Amino acid sequence: MEPIIDTSRFPATNAIGDFIRAILPGPVAELANIVLAVLAILTVVGLTPVALIWMERKVAAHFQARLGPMRVGYHGLLQPLADGIKLIFKEVMKPEGADTFVFFLAPILSATASFMVLTVIPFDHHLQVTDPAGGVLYVIAVAGLGIMGVLLAGWSSNNKYSLLGAMRSGAQMISYEISLALLMLLIVLLSGTASLREIVFSQTGTVLDWWIFKFPFFGIIAFVLFLISSTAELNRAPFDMAEAESELTGGFTTEYSGITFAMFFLAEFVNMFMAASLTTTFFLGGFLAPQFGLASLDRMLDAIPGFLWFFLKSYSVIFIYMWFRWTFPRPRVDQLMNLEWKVLVPANFLLLLIAGLFVVMGWA
Amino acid sequence: MKTQAKNIQGRGYPVERGGFVPDGQVHWSLAGYLTHLVNGCLSLVKGMGLTFGYFSHPGRIITQQYPENRETLVMFPRFRGRLALVMDEAGGAPLCTACGMCEKACPNGSISVLTRRDSGNRKVLGRYLYRFSQCTLCNLCVESCVFGAIRMAQDFELAAYDSSDLQLVLYGKEE
Repeated sequence: MEPIIDTSRFPATNAIGDFIRAILPGPVAELANIVLAVLAILTVVGLTPVALIWMERKVAAHFQARLGPMRVGYHGLLQPLADGIKLIFKEVMKPEGADTFVFFLAPILSATASFMVLTVIPFDHHLQVTDPAGGVLYVIAVAGLGIMGVLLAGWSSNNKYSLLGAMRSGAQMISYEISLALLMLLIVLLSGTASLREIVFSQTGTVLDWWIFKFPFFGIIAFVLFLISSTAELNRAPFDMAEAESELTGGFTTEYSGITFAMFFLAEFVNMFMAASLTTTFFLGGFLAPQFGLASLDRMLDAIPGFLWFFLKSYSVIFIYMWFRWTFPRPRVDQLMNLEWKVLVPANFLLLLIAGLFVVMGWA
Repeated sequence: MKTQAKNIQGRGYPVERGGFVPDGQVHWSLAGYLTHLVNGCLSLVKGMGLTFGYFSHPGRIITQQYPENRETLVMFPRFRGRLALVMDEAGGAPLCTACGMCEKACPNGSISVLTRRDSGNRKVLGRYLYRFSQCTLCNLCVESCVFGAIRMAQDFELAAYDSSDLQLVLYGKEE
């Protein structure tokens, strides 16, 4: 149960932070490090949508036997830039009768929530802004703020489609948050810690020590359930009831244009990356290199820095999200709620019971 | 107790598949429920296999990079470009007998078949007028032709600057 962390192999501080601590006096160095950390997270937040917009368009196209963007840059690589410039220069409109303050607060709130979760994600053993002991609790609490953005957007738009979309999406996100939280609790129960860094270290060893395999058979079920609930939590197809185009025009984003719409767009993509990185942290060994028990191969894989493994695993999970999106048809609202309350929640409680048994008997 | 299930279209599914019936009661059987669950999951996996097949086979992509490939672009056989006459393989004379069935079949009046008398005083094709500006490329004329004398050609890029350029004479001399 006790994770053995080799601190000489996995130091908690990185070279840049150590350098700043060495040249500056204590409190100033801390402040400088905080600013640098925020800048680093902002870079991730800024670049993730750029990569994901291109990836989404290309992956979608290839799933549908199309080519996708080919004209702007090599294989459309500059397409996100073109999209971004277009969105920035579009007029920002506000419908008559909308609540100005809340209307413009909502997209910012949405983007902020996903930004805040990224601060506790361990990108590498030395690339984590902060590691609270209750990191999992923090993730659940802050991710819930994103729902506020959606609800406020629908409420303040003075548009029935927006309101309906927001209410649907609020109900959906709150429901699926339960099974997501239960699955996180499952991993906390198994690993015996709520700190995301410690959860990653509890998966040290070979590939079979990742929680997807370490919790025999049920780990795979838990992984699949986590994928399903996080897809629903992200409001992504096939669970994109919030913006079901055929029913609600644009859902809660109906009245948003230009940069305000871009903020929701950005929040959606950063959220997707966030969900993928949580999946990686909880089930796929986070930043740990996959080890297969073959000495020479393992040394080669271990030589690749941890954050590269982290991004590789996260983007693989994102690819699965996209695969879902372009394969499955959208269920009805009542079917969605049935799935959550009649299948996922009981299944999660059952998994928790089994995990408790495993922990008590010392099997896992 | 076995209860009669009302299987209303689109709401709930049959009891034998472990479903929920819209009368408020849940009719449940473990075997049916599990079968339904497993079958559902398998069908989702099947769908994912299909889309991944497209993803992993770039050769199946149907998008044409036009106009970059206009030199090599070959239209598909079912593409319907403008009308063309089928010529006799040996002499190059048209197969058309000037029966006028295509003219009658055309809903837009875009075809006029004008006849003339040959040296043996038989009715033969004189001029075949085709007003492309009126044509919707519906293929009814080709279907109505019993001699297989007309076909839809595969050429595209048919735009013209003047609508008089679209008054085509497929056979016979221009006026």
